[in-house]
Amino acid sequence: MKTQTPALKNYTLDHAYDEMFVDESRLHSHYEPLLEHFTSLPPGELKRRKQTADMSFLNQGITFTVYGRDEGTERIFPYDLLPRIITSNEWDKIERGLTQRITALNLFLRDIYHEGRILDDGVVPREVVYSCKQFRRQMRGLQVPRNVYITVVGTDLIRLENGEFVVLEDNLRVPSGVSYMLTNRRVMKRLFPQLFQRYAVRPIEHYTQALLGTLRALAPEGRPEPNIVVLTPGVFNSAYFEHAYLARQMGIELVEGRDLLVHDNVVYMRTTTGLRRVDVIYRRVDDDFIDPISFRPDSMLGVPGLFNAYRAGNVTLSNAFGTGVADDKALYAYVPQIIKYSLGEDAVLNNVETFLLTNPTHRQHVLQNLDKLVVKAVGESGGYGMLIGPHSTKEQREEFARRIEADPRNYIAQPTITFSRAPCMVDDLLEPRHVDLRPYILFGDKVTIVPGGLTRVALKKGSLVVNSSQGGGSKDTWVLSQ
Amino acid sequence: MFGPRISWSASEGYMLSRVADNLYWMSRYLERAEHTVRLLDVNLGLMLDEGAVTTDGRWTKVIAALGQPKGLEFEGDAYALSLRIIFDRELSSSVVSCIMAARENARNVREQISTEMWQRLNSLYLQVTRPDLKLHPISATDTEEPTEFLQSVMEAVHQFQGVTDSTMSHGEGWQFIQVGRYMERATATAMLLEVYKDFWSATERPHEVSEYLEWIGLLRSCTAFEAYCKVYTADITPDKILEFLLLNPQFPHSVRFSIDSLQTALDAIRRGATGEGPASDAAELMRLAGRLQASLSFSQVEEILEQDVVSTLRRVVQQCRAIHSTIYKLYINYSIQAALAG
Repeated sequence: MKTQTPALKNYTLDHAYDEMFVDESRLHSHYEPLLEHFTSLPPGELKRRKQTADMSFLNQGITFTVYGRDEGTERIFPYDLLPRIITSNEWDKIERGLTQRITALNLFLRDIYHEGRILDDGVVPREVVYSCKQFRRQMRGLQVPRNVYITVVGTDLIRLENGEFVVLEDNLRVPSGVSYMLTNRRVMKRLFPQLFQRYAVRPIEHYTQALLGTLRALAPEGRPEPNIVVLTPGVFNSAYFEHAYLARQMGIELVEGRDLLVHDNVVYMRTTTGLRRVDVIYRRVDDDFIDPISFRPDSMLGVPGLFNAYRAGNVTLSNAFGTGVADDKALYAYVPQIIKYSLGEDAVLNNVETFLLTNPTHRQHVLQNLDKLVVKAVGESGGYGMLIGPHSTKEQREEFARRIEADPRNYIAQPTITFSRAPCMVDDLLEPRHVDLRPYILFGDKVTIVPGGLTRVALKKGSLVVNSSQGGGSKDTWVLSQ
Repeated sequence: MFGPRISWSASEGYMLSRVADNLYWMSRYLERAEHTVRLLDVNLGLMLDEGAVTTDGRWTKVIAALGQPKGLEFEGDAYALSLRIIFDRELSSSVVSCIMAARENARNVREQISTEMWQRLNSLYLQVTRPDLKLHPISATDTEEPTEFLQSVMEAVHQFQGVTDSTMSHGEGWQFIQVGRYMERATATAMLLEVYKDFWSATERPHEVSEYLEWIGLLRSCTAFEAYCKVYTADITPDKILEFLLLNPQFPHSVRFSIDSLQTALDAIRRGATGEGPASDAAELMRLAGRLQASLSFSQVEEILEQDVVSTLRRVVQQCRAIHSTIYKLYINYSIQAALAG
């Protein structure tokens, strides 16, 4: 099969799970129409469509801002034309697993900010929670609407060599990327309508409506027609496009800190016709920056007094403060136990094996095997603060060994996992590249997961880093309805 | 005071002050870019018709019409000057700076304007900032290219205005865009007319061809040549030009038309402001706009010529400034205390 198709001449299989091929001679059946379609296009046609799409992204300003280079460099988010396909069986399990996981993590947050039973019962060590920088004492005893802490979650899944989906990371603070999921789909439908029609792809376009409904369900009591806004740090934030996109799609205001003010513990926004009360804030600003009075005093992005208004129950913030304690990479190791403890069930989706460096036995093992493991700083995201053992230099390993010894709580280690690989367009040929999957979970009066997510691709050959800040891209994700 | 008035969407009559601010400036900057580009286009063209006659006067006038931007002086090379006026990012009033500022304002309110508007403006921005553009500098030997470039910028701004009118709801946001555009246009036209003040102090004498060309140039700088001819035929005289550019009620680039449109937009904003905030008291703003509008609609060009053209034009600019700061006091920078007490 593979050898007969010229477009596949660089497509080599290795030990990683391949999304398209079972082995050298057999395709996963759900990839057959896709391969047929892409290989039947006249030469150069794929490239032409890609350029059309690139131009359209750039003109539409579907870009993100790169940090650390020239201030405010805008780039289009690189993406690949070949959709990643997930069967309905695979999706059913993912959906069940994520619903279970989010429910349990939310109960966990409720518990640690109130009674702390899970700590008393010794399921999660007290010090793991209290030593976490994201644990917010200010949240102790505070009642949040419907007891929902994590309204919007983006969980990163990867596939092991045997094809099993496992959870790599929970993003419970301000997960981003959903706008790329939505715009990728729009582009794909325009570029490949016939192919799209051949597959029964489940729709995702109702995401923004579901988000609005979720936020509305969390309005403070006594505010039946709540004024809901999106709070952005501003145009210089790397995800500004997304903030504006979501506000526009939901038909609500996009506000910055300077548009809001707090008076008598009530939040208002400044409009041309005077001040207007705000009830629900979908905030895309980190905890640290949201209120210079309660958190970082040097923050220019926040709203002085916002936290007190929140405490007083006059405004809902989604996600709640202090959710980062539950996506701390050290706490991650305890999530299966948290699920068992709070729901009495076994985890549907497994974790990746994780070594805690506060544990002396683990630490010794890790330090001896740094060249085989991946080390991550617990509070970092976006692919920063990471050591990928097999791809590291001796100096880098020594540097990380020093850092681990100095502050073991700040690091965890995991075996180097080869994410699954999916076909991508590289020049005019198809080549496999590593991918992960970030579905978006909404939690208001119920859990809603739109079938799909952002498939992130490590576009560099052999690379395992899928973050957009580190040269990753994305592709459309098709969940089939049967 | 701010009771539980039920309101779901932005279209229902409220808008963030910052959004109004951004829309107003987006519009002003684009209008400014268009005006600047047209001035350059017209004057580069006129230059071809004047042999070795001194061009200093022409370019000093252009600089004056642009409001004497700091650091901008004519140093003898018209093309070098044009190049700076178009591309110099250090110069806040250069065409590229204006387009970048307009685009930045638009990006700040990306969710408030239509996708079509954003795409039109964003492509213009990408066109004028693309790195390889500087490889084709304007030079004396290459006069077609600047014209083409200047034309394409004007077209893009016109398209943006068209797309704005046909894809954005004509609500408060759209009205602020009108306010920005006509405020800028009224001010720029008044300043331009002042630069040509010699036209109206000249004593009766037979006119030279070169003067005639300058008059056409002034009309062209306001896209007014054809429209003028429709009213007065090709019989071009300075007093008629003044009448047309200052007082004509139907021509979109005249000061009178701009102020009429400005007043209409401000009135629409006032009527839309149903809340009880500070904006409900728009009397002072309407008085200022109404006074300026009335003074233009009841003036006759003979009177203005008899009195003092320059001070009339300066009064227009001053009154526009007063309207601008009153808009800000009313809708954008109002004091929180007043709003809470309101």
